[in-house]
Amino acid sequence: MSNRLKSIEHEIIKCMKCGNCQAVCPLYKETRAENAVARGKVQLAAAVLGGKLDYTAELAHRFDLCLTCMACVSNCPCGVRVDRVVLEARAALAEKRGLPLPHRVAAAGLARPALMQMGMKAAGVTQKLLFKRGERGMSPRFPVGLDLKRVLPALAKKDLKEQLPEKNAVQNPVMRVALFAGCVTNYVYPGVGLALVEVLNRHGVEVVFPKEQHCCGAPLLIHGIKDTAKEMAASHVHMFDAAGVDAVVTVCGTCGEAFRHHYPELLSGRAKDAGKALALSGRTYDIAEFLTDIVPLDHTLLGPLDTHFTYHEPCHVGRGLGAAGKAEKLLKAIPRATYSPMQDPGRCCGGAGSFSFEHYKLASQVLDRKLSDISGTGAGVVVTGCGSCRIQLNDGLAQRKMPQRVLHTVEMLAHSITGAREEGNYNGRQ
Amino acid sequence: MLQKEIINELVKIMGKENVITGREDLLCYSYDATPDVPDPLPDVVVTPVNTGQVSQLVQIARQYKVPLYPRGSGTNLSGGTVPLKGGIVLSLLKMAEIMEVDAENLTATVQPGVIIQDLNNAVAPHGLLYPPDPGTVATATMGGSVAECSGGLRGLKYGVTKHYVMGLEVVLADGQVARFGGKTVKNVTALDMVKLFTGSEGTLGIITEIIVRLIPAPEARKTMFATFTNLSDAGNAVISIVKNKVIPATLEIMDQVTIKTVENFSQIGLPTEARAILLIEVDGIPEVVEQEADTVLQVIQNNNGRVQMARDEQERDNLWAARRAALPALAQVKPTTVLEDATVPRSKITEMLLALEEIAEKYNLQIGTFGHAGDGNLHPTILTDERDKEEMERVHAAVKEIFEKALALGGTLSGEHGIGMAKSSFLEWELGAGGVGVLHKIKNALDPEGILNPGKMGFNGGTGHE
Repeated sequence: MSNRLKSIEHEIIKCMKCGNCQAVCPLYKETRAENAVARGKVQLAAAVLGGKLDYTAELAHRFDLCLTCMACVSNCPCGVRVDRVVLEARAALAEKRGLPLPHRVAAAGLARPALMQMGMKAAGVTQKLLFKRGERGMSPRFPVGLDLKRVLPALAKKDLKEQLPEKNAVQNPVMRVALFAGCVTNYVYPGVGLALVEVLNRHGVEVVFPKEQHCCGAPLLIHGIKDTAKEMAASHVHMFDAAGVDAVVTVCGTCGEAFRHHYPELLSGRAKDAGKALALSGRTYDIAEFLTDIVPLDHTLLGPLDTHFTYHEPCHVGRGLGAAGKAEKLLKAIPRATYSPMQDPGRCCGGAGSFSFEHYKLASQVLDRKLSDISGTGAGVVVTGCGSCRIQLNDGLAQRKMPQRVLHTVEMLAHSITGAREEGNYNGRQ
Repeated sequence: MLQKEIINELVKIMGKENVITGREDLLCYSYDATPDVPDPLPDVVVTPVNTGQVSQLVQIARQYKVPLYPRGSGTNLSGGTVPLKGGIVLSLLKMAEIMEVDAENLTATVQPGVIIQDLNNAVAPHGLLYPPDPGTVATATMGGSVAECSGGLRGLKYGVTKHYVMGLEVVLADGQVARFGGKTVKNVTALDMVKLFTGSEGTLGIITEIIVRLIPAPEARKTMFATFTNLSDAGNAVISIVKNKVIPATLEIMDQVTIKTVENFSQIGLPTEARAILLIEVDGIPEVVEQEADTVLQVIQNNNGRVQMARDEQERDNLWAARRAALPALAQVKPTTVLEDATVPRSKITEMLLALEEIAEKYNLQIGTFGHAGDGNLHPTILTDERDKEEMERVHAAVKEIFEKALALGGTLSGEHGIGMAKSSFLEWELGAGGVGVLHKIKNALDPEGILNPGKMGFNGGTGHE
């Protein structure tokens, strides 16, 4: 058990307790409690290692309170990988204490693609029973483990797997890539997947869409469910290796991080998978990276968009994949579109996957700062590169009755390329 | 464990949400940024929201004779907030209001939990500046930095925290609330109690409100970066810049160990054969800044230095990169970073730097030195590993010798970090028995029960790691 923390001891002892993480931690900014900030968590982990603290329920709660936004990591003078310390601590706690029921149920669903597919279909049908449709999305009718105020997006009528063929070919392709869509894109914002195919096809890139793909496993890893995450990693590594593509393209920083960082680490002990995982890791790109570094965005394809936009940098795109600023640069190339940068675009929106479901109030406080920054730009469209951020931003915009719409980077590019007037979600070629 | 009775009374005053007793949470208040000091758990952490609550809880602490440790962000480097003898940690982070920015009197009134940078952000629109800028400016609180009398990079020209504190509200050890000083530039009413409480490290009272002096923000600045192949040339340049009537806002030095470590860490093209680098910034009225920059350039050239001047903000940023990377780069070499702040008169900088090299060699330790050359405040940084007992013994011996040397050169134990636990056993070297006796008399007069931050500054039996 404590082997887990022992394996990360080299990170824990690097912390010189300077407290610089206080300046950037979104949760510390709200609570001003030392247990919320990275220094506190690293010292808690050190205390467990040193036998001063047990794997208590209270300790599990403390480690729950982290957005894994990595702001502390990028601001740490000692280079402590706080994210890894938090994940190992969660894994150790999950093994030692077991998981809370909602986590177990959710994890079981995410880990079984067929069940998940069926469940989401059923949810698509039954969501009207549980949720009432508002102008901006759905709100729970009953307290189904969600805050009643919360506005969630409706599940897509047809998910991406139903809309997108396995092979999206072009003549004389310059490259063949595989799309890893991720759960939110598949079930909530399938337009992002369609937009990606549109944009890449126009660049002469063939896109394959392996239909057996499922959740990347990061949500499980983030909750400390490491063994299942490992199986999910292996399944994707085999699937995408077999696809024989030049690159894997993702539209979510967390999914991108799963392929690039988590899979090689999770599978490092398995001789037959480790090499494949490493090879895939080296050719996985977020769409913003792909259009910057691999097949650069062809500016001659871009048509004018009369739109005023701002950009929110998802934590796992900017800091996680180290792609900060890339999407922004692509978007600025769109003719006639006005770009107003927001204050601190890389600060977490509070979404953080399921964090906002479990800690709605705290997540909303974090979001409030982001909404003020958005409002300060005067822009009508918020572009971002992550489905989870988008759900969070949409909820906040609805709560505050703000008029902005949220789009994915690749949807904006698709609109510009196809000449669509509509600034809404991408619905395929008009 | 504290009696249940005491906890109940604290809850009665502040409400349950402001009284923290869970072991997991208490652990997070057992340390600050100081390496190599004990880290005992407090019995309870309280987060009062106003002066009245502070006063009430001080009375309870006094009644039950429970130690009380005021705490801001816990970023100090002297063990100043460690709850050495158990008891109550008093976090002032929930008293964090900027109460007033008075542009007419050039003052600001703040609660102790305000972050220094936040104050500066609030006064910037008025064209004003609060100059003290410790390295922790983005995290440290005003209360903490007043209690520790923090310095920073601008000390040479602008002074340190004590030069900006004009008035204080303090809760005394008997729970009474006292106010000293105010908004007037001139104030000689009775003893200067504002200065007494500034830098008192939480041992004399709890600071609950602060009036600080602001200055008009300088309009222009010029940044220069000079490399020297000879240490005494660098030292002489520092002295003669000031001799030539230029007082730079920043006059920083990095030694060769630091230069090599930074270059190894971030590959920004530093000349690793250089024995010292100076980073110099002059600021003020544009015409004066031009003249001062010219003088600095000349002085550096006369002392065989190679100099670069930033032409724009981007270049300024590049020149600052090395200095900014100094501590992070050093900190990554080994798990434990012992950061000292022995300070000598400016004219003794070269001698001190050479002595530090000798000490490093004598005790076979890695010591990188950087710091505020202009005010003689150096940061010899010992790179070590707390788990290596044998090496830690050599570290302690080296630290002792660093203090001896600084004092022999007419300097002081601490330029800006304070005494706390870490340096209390050396106090008598600098102050003599008579001087230490005065400290104890003042302490006994103001806190006869010894409940305020016991174990710091040599009060109430705390001697730190020695």
